[in-house]
Amino acid sequence: MAEQLVLTGWRKWLDSVGDQGVFFSRFIKNIFSGGFEWSEFVRQCYEIGYRSFSLVGITSFIMGLVLILQLRPTMVAFGAESMLPHTLSVSFIREIGPVITAIICAGKIASSIGAELGSMKVTEQIDAMDVSGANPMQYLVVTRILATSLMVPLLSIMGDVIGLTGGYIALNFTDKISFFLYFNKCIAALDFTDFLPALIKSIFFGFAIGFVGCYKGYNSNKGTESVGVAANSAVVTASLWIFFIDMVVVQISTILFYSK
Amino acid sequence: MEKEKDHIEKDDLRRGGENVIEITDLQKSFGEKKVLTDINLVVKKSENLVVLGRSGEGKSVTIQCIVGLLVPDGGSVKVFGKEVPELNDRELKELRTKIGFLFQGAALYDSMTVKENLEFPLTRVLKLKDQTDIDKRIKEALEGVGLPDAGDKMPSDLSGGMRKRIGLARTLVVNPEIMLYDEPTTGLDPITSREISELILQVQKKYKTTSIIITHDMECAKITADHIVIMEDGVYIAEGSFEELQKSDNELVKSFFSDTL
Repeated sequence: MAEQLVLTGWRKWLDSVGDQGVFFSRFIKNIFSGGFEWSEFVRQCYEIGYRSFSLVGITSFIMGLVLILQLRPTMVAFGAESMLPHTLSVSFIREIGPVITAIICAGKIASSIGAELGSMKVTEQIDAMDVSGANPMQYLVVTRILATSLMVPLLSIMGDVIGLTGGYIALNFTDKISFFLYFNKCIAALDFTDFLPALIKSIFFGFAIGFVGCYKGYNSNKGTESVGVAANSAVVTASLWIFFIDMVVVQISTILFYSK
Repeated sequence: MEKEKDHIEKDDLRRGGENVIEITDLQKSFGEKKVLTDINLVVKKSENLVVLGRSGEGKSVTIQCIVGLLVPDGGSVKVFGKEVPELNDRELKELRTKIGFLFQGAALYDSMTVKENLEFPLTRVLKLKDQTDIDKRIKEALEGVGLPDAGDKMPSDLSGGMRKRIGLARTLVVNPEIMLYDEPTTGLDPITSREISELILQVQKKYKTTSIIITHDMECAKITADHIVIMEDGVYIAEGSFEELQKSDNELVKSFFSDTL
């Protein structure tokens, strides 16, 4: 009985992996099949980027501020107070900024895409597009995945700047440091090898958020409860993908850039 | 006299007309559940065929197989002489441009206005570029369903009957040769149901469409049907004109017609 359950579980998991492979190949095919939906792509960029900006901004600002407040006592104990801008900027640009932005976007965007497409599936809007001879993959899926792949890295960059600004304000609670000196120190601590892997992983994060949201919504069952399931499952799966991608990219970039 | 003439015309249509849809031994199951068992069906050009049956009998599954939304497990589904399950993506897309499908809930794109809903198939399917032509077609389609001023409304602002009309306008805007109606009057009050049924009849007369109407509404069947088939347990148990079936001795057929005036 238990063996049967394990086998069924594995089969379901393999089915799902196969389905996602097919969905991915349809996505790639539809990017190059002509008739790109520019207006929908721009609308999605606005929905995904502009409408998430305030949330990402506030979260990043607080993260930068809190990190300085938490780091300061330890750095002071080591007499390395002047290293605070360096520490914050390296940790924020390399890791915290992209991951926090991606997690926020997974919660906000993946769930909203999952729910929107799930609801379109339930109300037969996707079928209606399909039977009319239009291409729902191109209109709904390609535009959303490309929009998240573009907007999440941009949000991440903006989140980095806002996070560092938060750190500057926190540092001025206790110490006096000029804005220019602080940002000079932040930038001086950074290298090309800090920016590039962060940017690359942000693109992958964006792709994962869009892909998982679209896959879960597009393949949801035809019942009202499946909309909630699609949204919830999109957030959980996208978040897991973000940590997994982070682990892989950090490993690769460590081998390529940081190991001596 | 007129009724008899109409009856003779319908009989001639069934005998001599060109076959637009031909279904032979169609089978479809979902898991262990057999939904369709050896369905055979012929729809003639410019004919309104009504498929009657209780809910869950596989009526909608039949029309979803016709349009390629579902792949049959066995049998043959031919539309304009082409075997639908064997068509590739491009051929299926081409075929679908000739078929209009009115979904049970109308399936309007709820993030778009009514005008954008109608514009969608014109720009994506017919690839029209001329905005004047597009606007003219939209105006005609909206007037055709009796809602000329609904263009700027959102689907959420529309009543059930209005949604069905707009759904119909969205399919008619591309001039389909075949219309498939999935429960067009379900969830509507009797007056609106009758209006929608009459609209279906008008559409057939005006656009000369070949139609399959899936319903369990006898009023709708009476108004729209040239020919009726009745489904039970995944097979067709009776067929004929409304008048012929009304006289049937079959208990199930009788039960459908018992409440009809």
